[in-house]
Amino acid sequence: MAYDKFTTLTSTAVPLPLENVDTDQIIPARFLKATKREGFGDNLFRDWRYNNDNTPKESFVLNNPIYSGKILVGGKNFGSGSSREHAAWAVYDYGFRCVVSSFFADIFRNNCLNVGVLPVQVSAEFSEQIFNAIYDDPNTEIEVNLPNQTITILSTGAQESFEINSYKKENMLNGFDDIDYLQNIKGDIETFANGLLL
Amino acid sequence: MSKTLFDKVWDSHVVRKIEGGPDVFFIDRHFIHEVTSPVAFLGLKSRGLKVLYPERTFATADHNTPTINQHLPVQDPLSANQLKALEDNSNEYGISHWGLGHQKNGIVHVVGPENGITFPGATIVCGDSHTSTHGAFGAIAFGIGTSEVEMVLSTQCIMQPKPKKMRINVNGQLGKGVTPKDVALYIISQLSTSGATGYFVEYAGDVFENMTMEGRMTVCNLSIEMGARGGMIAPDETTFAYLKDKPLSPKGADWDKAVAHWKTLKTDAGAKFDKELTFSASDIEPMITYGTNPGMGMGISKNIPNAEAVEGGVATYKKSLEYMGYNENDAMIGKKIDYVFLGSCTNGRIEDFRAFASIVKGKKKADHVTAWLVPGSHEVEDKIKEEGILDILTEAGFVLRQPGCSACLAMNDDKVPAGKYAVSTSNRNFEGRQGPGSRTLLASPLVAAAAAVTGVVTDPRELL
Repeated sequence: MAYDKFTTLTSTAVPLPLENVDTDQIIPARFLKATKREGFGDNLFRDWRYNNDNTPKESFVLNNPIYSGKILVGGKNFGSGSSREHAAWAVYDYGFRCVVSSFFADIFRNNCLNVGVLPVQVSAEFSEQIFNAIYDDPNTEIEVNLPNQTITILSTGAQESFEINSYKKENMLNGFDDIDYLQNIKGDIETFANGLLL
Repeated sequence: MSKTLFDKVWDSHVVRKIEGGPDVFFIDRHFIHEVTSPVAFLGLKSRGLKVLYPERTFATADHNTPTINQHLPVQDPLSANQLKALEDNSNEYGISHWGLGHQKNGIVHVVGPENGITFPGATIVCGDSHTSTHGAFGAIAFGIGTSEVEMVLSTQCIMQPKPKKMRINVNGQLGKGVTPKDVALYIISQLSTSGATGYFVEYAGDVFENMTMEGRMTVCNLSIEMGARGGMIAPDETTFAYLKDKPLSPKGADWDKAVAHWKTLKTDAGAKFDKELTFSASDIEPMITYGTNPGMGMGISKNIPNAEAVEGGVATYKKSLEYMGYNENDAMIGKKIDYVFLGSCTNGRIEDFRAFASIVKGKKKADHVTAWLVPGSHEVEDKIKEEGILDILTEAGFVLRQPGCSACLAMNDDKVPAGKYAVSTSNRNFEGRQGPGSRTLLASPLVAAAAAVTGVVTDPRELL
């Protein structure tokens, strides 16, 4: 899909220090019935965010006005479970452009990269430092620099570098997606397919 | 150079390697369903693209179909809209479509193998994480996102970095009442839900060699629950016997040629894995989960562990037990349950219904238990009737529903109410998975049956 280019993002961040946040929490299955991709942000973390009568749960971080920003900082094993890309759409649609965690589930990470959300994997220690910095001062800004592949806590200057393969990095920097690439090598694909037994 | 089974299948499907990037990976078989495909087709339309190989894609409606009165119009307008989108898109692009009411309709990961669409050495994807099921045939099969569905439709390829390789060996003899589901839940409890993230798993050892194809499908299905992209088992005579004469399996000389190739699909002696784990079958007992992820499982006779004894954060663990309404050190045996769900792509096949029936035969469903028995396909439903299983179930006070994903993810009306406990043969016990506020205990069909007749968590070995 077409998405905005990602270069450097400087923003406050929203802390969600739970582990194993699964895609059923990010977007529950009953909200997967749309046939278009927009609008999922309204139901991001629906059952943690709202009571049964649709009033906001004050204790949940997205309902706490102290915390805001374009960066979501999650606990270990973020995005486990289902392959629903709707989870990544919901994160994007809500306004996040980057998710930080000490460990990501594979499919969710992949889906994020395909829809313009940058997954940044940091060490457990750095993750801890980010949470502490945000809890010390919710206005703490985090800088995510994709060209340099670094993440920095601006208030403390603490910095760590992160991994992303050079192909996906180029895509994010330019707002390209994989279909653009695949369309250009269709001849190779057809030659390959002609050689298959089944 | 020695290669693993996974290497052989992966390497033979790489169209092009990108320096410092993913492989351009060719997909032999693509399954689509109503929930994760509509936006992919929208993408195709907005770019003005065609489906490159419509004969390699198969559409089935399953995720939000009702499991009663399937002959009537679907009541929920949003579900009906998705089902219609699947049908219209399939028709427009010339894709085979087994919609609601079609004799071949059922859960995508049940009908694929049943019809011989799945085959050894194939690469198979679907916008559903339990696509790993098809690995039981020695295929590389995994779940993808909707953007990738669009890629497969338009180019039959996706861009994938090659995962690392893990082999999990389980050797020995499984005890009485211990099923493939228990083997899988045991492995996940040992590895946690992220223990195999970044890996593709090969299951090896005599426990898997001696398993039926349906048992192998249950095991491979649950690979994603330990974080693995997928799991696979080398094809053998059991695999070939299962596939022979399936409607879409190769026939005649093509069959012989295919089998000759499939026989080469095994890990060479000396091939290297990035990680190798070995478990003993005798350590596995019937399993049950007590928390809110599939890694929170244990032998049914054990007590819920202390937070300190568990890897990971104490706060997350305690939140999970609080959601379940359980305490550390509680025994699971004897816990009251309200619902039983037999079905899903994990345990919705004929052997699962045979197992369930073997326990409930001659007994009665507990009065306070609501039971949803949902076959994975019409073919399973037909066998349940032909084999006399329906009579056993009816006699015991159970009702058989119609095929679909049903209460596994509760997108249709089969929702477990808030606060209620369900023993479920499905694959995920996440918060609210089976309905907002629902509490899920994952287990085998035998454990589900034992709970259905006693109304509490019960060791099935006492009823066998």
